[in-house]
Amino acid sequence: MTTTTGAEATLPYDEAVAAFDPALGLEVHVELGTATKMFCGCPTEFGAEPNTQVCPVCLGLPGALPVVNETAVESAIRIGLALNCSIAEWCRFARKNYFYPDMPKNFQTSQYDEPIAFDGYLDVQLEDGSTYRVEIERAHMEEDTGKSLHVGGSTGRIHGATHSLVDYNRAGIPLVEIVTRPIVGAGERAPEVARAYVATLRDLLKAMGVSDVKMEQGSMRCDVNLSLAPKGSARLGTRTETKNVNSLRSVERAVRYEVGRHAAVLTGGGSVTQETRHWHEDTGITTSGRLKSDAEDYRYFPEPDLVPVAPSRETVEALRATLPEPPAARRRRLQDAWGYSDLEMRDVLNAGLVELVEETVAAGATPAAARKWWSGEVARRANGEGTDVVTYAQRLGVTPEHVVELERLVDGGRLNDSMARQVWEGVLDGEGGPTQVADARGLELVQDTGALEAAVEKVIAANPDVAEKIRGGKVQAVGALIGQVMKEMRGQADAAAARRLILDRLAPG
Amino acid sequence: MTTDLTRATAAELADLLGAGSVSSREVTRALLDRTAAVDGAVHSYLHVDEAGALAAADAADRARAAGEPLHALAGVPVAVKDVMATRGLPTTCGSRILQGWVPPYDATLVRRLREAHLPLLGKTNMDEFAMGSSTEHSAYGPSRNPWDLERIPGGSGGGSSSAVASFQAPLAIGTDTGGSIRQPAAVTGTVGAKPTYGGVSRYGLVALASSLDQAGPCSRTVLDSALLHEVIGGHDPLDSTSVDAPVPPVVEAARRADVAGLRIGIVRELTGEGFQPGVQARFDEAVQHLVDAGAEVVEVSCPSFTYALAAYYLILPSEASSNLARFDAMRYGLRVTPEGVAAPSAEQVMAATRDAGFGDEVKRRIILGTYALSSGYYDAYYGSAQKVRRLIADDFDRAFEAADVLVSPTAPTTAFRLGDKLEDPMAMYLNDIATIPANLAGIPGLSVPSGLADEDGLPAGFQVLAPAMADDRLYAVGAALEARLTAAWGGPLLDRAPDLSEVTR
Repeated sequence: MTTTTGAEATLPYDEAVAAFDPALGLEVHVELGTATKMFCGCPTEFGAEPNTQVCPVCLGLPGALPVVNETAVESAIRIGLALNCSIAEWCRFARKNYFYPDMPKNFQTSQYDEPIAFDGYLDVQLEDGSTYRVEIERAHMEEDTGKSLHVGGSTGRIHGATHSLVDYNRAGIPLVEIVTRPIVGAGERAPEVARAYVATLRDLLKAMGVSDVKMEQGSMRCDVNLSLAPKGSARLGTRTETKNVNSLRSVERAVRYEVGRHAAVLTGGGSVTQETRHWHEDTGITTSGRLKSDAEDYRYFPEPDLVPVAPSRETVEALRATLPEPPAARRRRLQDAWGYSDLEMRDVLNAGLVELVEETVAAGATPAAARKWWSGEVARRANGEGTDVVTYAQRLGVTPEHVVELERLVDGGRLNDSMARQVWEGVLDGEGGPTQVADARGLELVQDTGALEAAVEKVIAANPDVAEKIRGGKVQAVGALIGQVMKEMRGQADAAAARRLILDRLAPG
Repeated sequence: MTTDLTRATAAELADLLGAGSVSSREVTRALLDRTAAVDGAVHSYLHVDEAGALAAADAADRARAAGEPLHALAGVPVAVKDVMATRGLPTTCGSRILQGWVPPYDATLVRRLREAHLPLLGKTNMDEFAMGSSTEHSAYGPSRNPWDLERIPGGSGGGSSSAVASFQAPLAIGTDTGGSIRQPAAVTGTVGAKPTYGGVSRYGLVALASSLDQAGPCSRTVLDSALLHEVIGGHDPLDSTSVDAPVPPVVEAARRADVAGLRIGIVRELTGEGFQPGVQARFDEAVQHLVDAGAEVVEVSCPSFTYALAAYYLILPSEASSNLARFDAMRYGLRVTPEGVAAPSAEQVMAATRDAGFGDEVKRRIILGTYALSSGYYDAYYGSAQKVRRLIADDFDRAFEAADVLVSPTAPTTAFRLGDKLEDPMAMYLNDIATIPANLAGIPGLSVPSGLADEDGLPAGFQVLAPAMADDRLYAVGAALEARLTAAWGGPLLDRAPDLSEVTR
């Protein structure tokens, strides 16, 4: 059954993927974090007053000429290497010609048939722990355009606007565009693959330090190409290109939406229009943009104002040596070292705790303690304040050393688990370090065995039926008695010692 | 030595200034006065910067008085083609679309002129965006040939050539994409050199065809061009295509004028048929002068030159169509709002502006280039043209194995009459048949006067070509020829040109 969402009909997702195989293509634009622009010396900082970071070159003034930013080329090569690409021995920039007010020269200096990096792949891990290999067709360098602000319309779009303002600060910021080969065979998991790919790519680029990859600021932008083929057919259908999908969640939602929309068109006997589409974050739908016909002709030709880029193999290998450990390999290594289960590792990852756990272990804590103390109460409190654990802990001044100290208090026999929790709460309440909190709150296991023995005797006497069960061999029933002993001792008892004493009395040997 | 400062060569002025016999202000004033007297008839300038030139002259005089180390040409004024960006001075490229544009920056070449204390007299006329061989495509009216005001001064740099030929400036800057320095020099009886591609920075040169454009000197003597070449040449980090090597020893070569043992190659494809008899006769005599001076003559063949014009008229319009896309009324220059449109879109304003702002020749080439780059035609046109370009470079390589320099007439004819070829673009294009191959291969070329053609009494030019970065050979050959011809004529060729002060009175 077809339902209408927003302007266009969509088929429920399950029905859509039962009848069709989605083919995905993802184009990710990444703004490089270089200090200066791609072809001139203007600064690249985000958020400056409009048109203050411009010069004759990035404004495209008559006579001005570009000079390639070597750092940007190095970043592009490093990105290519991290994506397991081949690096061109010789390649050129090309002019992509089209008219638009925010493009100063009315051509974009880009790369066409000679990208700096090509034929690579990125392995991405899915929710169930399986790995999907996304093939990379190419990664090429180009410059960003300026930014248009349409004034007077209701939605900031050009339709209905009375005039437009253009900010050229962004014009000439170095970009690397990473293009996948068609992602086929993911079936119903296509949206998940899309999201996982963009997330993995984001983490990788962040770890490399080549970009701040802030999707909400536009320093990483994703275009989603999608087509459907009837189940089992190898032929690709007509594709649409959904532009500027700017969050991980939106990537997943946009794919789902377009799958449902294409399916509705196709099952209704229609044909999908080849076009670009706009993604609407608020309503979760796409709407038709401009028609993308084959007649669109950018008249590419090699940029005559620039010389070819020909990185020596030595340069490429030197850049390869600067690559950080790939995030996936790092995760595997840490999981092995820490002895976490897949589930534990995923929880730590999702909470963004990897670095914190790593520091805490380095400071002397066991991996188990590090995970335990950073994920329980702290996470709950951080979440309550709408922040993450790292930020929250930083604000409170709670450090990996505090976890180490807490664990030592437990290991040294001063605190049991429940006391340790109380101490940790005190630390989070700002009462000081663990020892300080334990002292102030008078938390200390009772080391006087006489008091403990007395409590054990009292509890056994008060629970003859339980005692009888234990005597009869039901050792697991001891828990009930330990709990009562702890209560008797107002929590300040060593549970292990209590257990030992009870069993000595009731089930010796 | 002549006492008329306007007729003195740059080298002579440099000596007078160095000796303290004259001030830069006196020289500059004399040239500005000459312009006031004759430029109404010649129309070399689009913009004369009297105040700026005099201020720069005073600064040069002060620097000299203060004993600062100065370039030999310090204080010698220069005219600059209106295609070079000049901070604070209008730069129109001979186009309506840039009317009123004042660049906020200096071209590297202009900066070097200013730093060497050469006063900038003004901006010279040109065919719109350097497209043409006559200056008739200037949106501001043509310049005229001082030898005959009814004739063209060559193009696109006819403003610079006529300024130098009419004694309004001893030196001028030109740009040469297919002959725009050399052909104007030939038809006005002056000297012009196109340096090796990358030898002079293109930063601030408003691009016609990026892979062909090259700025260079215009003057009345070979030595003067060499002196100016030395000021403007050399590596520029702002131009990626700039050659990172020292300027060849052009001044030394011009002073020595030594061609003994030099092998001079006559390019078979660039002589004979299609060349005006008087032009060919002066060329043949010039070759004999060089032989008399000790050079050796060989004949070489460059068969691919046959396709040079066709390749050039695909590559140039292709690059130009993209280079000229930036003139869209959004940021600078002309802005035309379409008539009868209530709330025009940016695209409508762009279209109306480009329609009103560009002349026919510019539109013709934009359309040609847009077509040649279109998908489905790219390989057949732009791709094939690039292959021809490679073949032409190969022809030059082979020819330079047999000869140290190549020679030909610079242009097939003397100056034609204004209007004669305006309606026939092909005839106009053929004027550059001998100059275009050097641009396609990126090699340097120079034109030096070879005399007056018998049939019309107008100047003819002798072209010298050399391998890339061997620009010094051009000046050695040019200076040797100039010395012998000047002796034979009993004085500079331009002494025979009409006295314009009579014409303009």
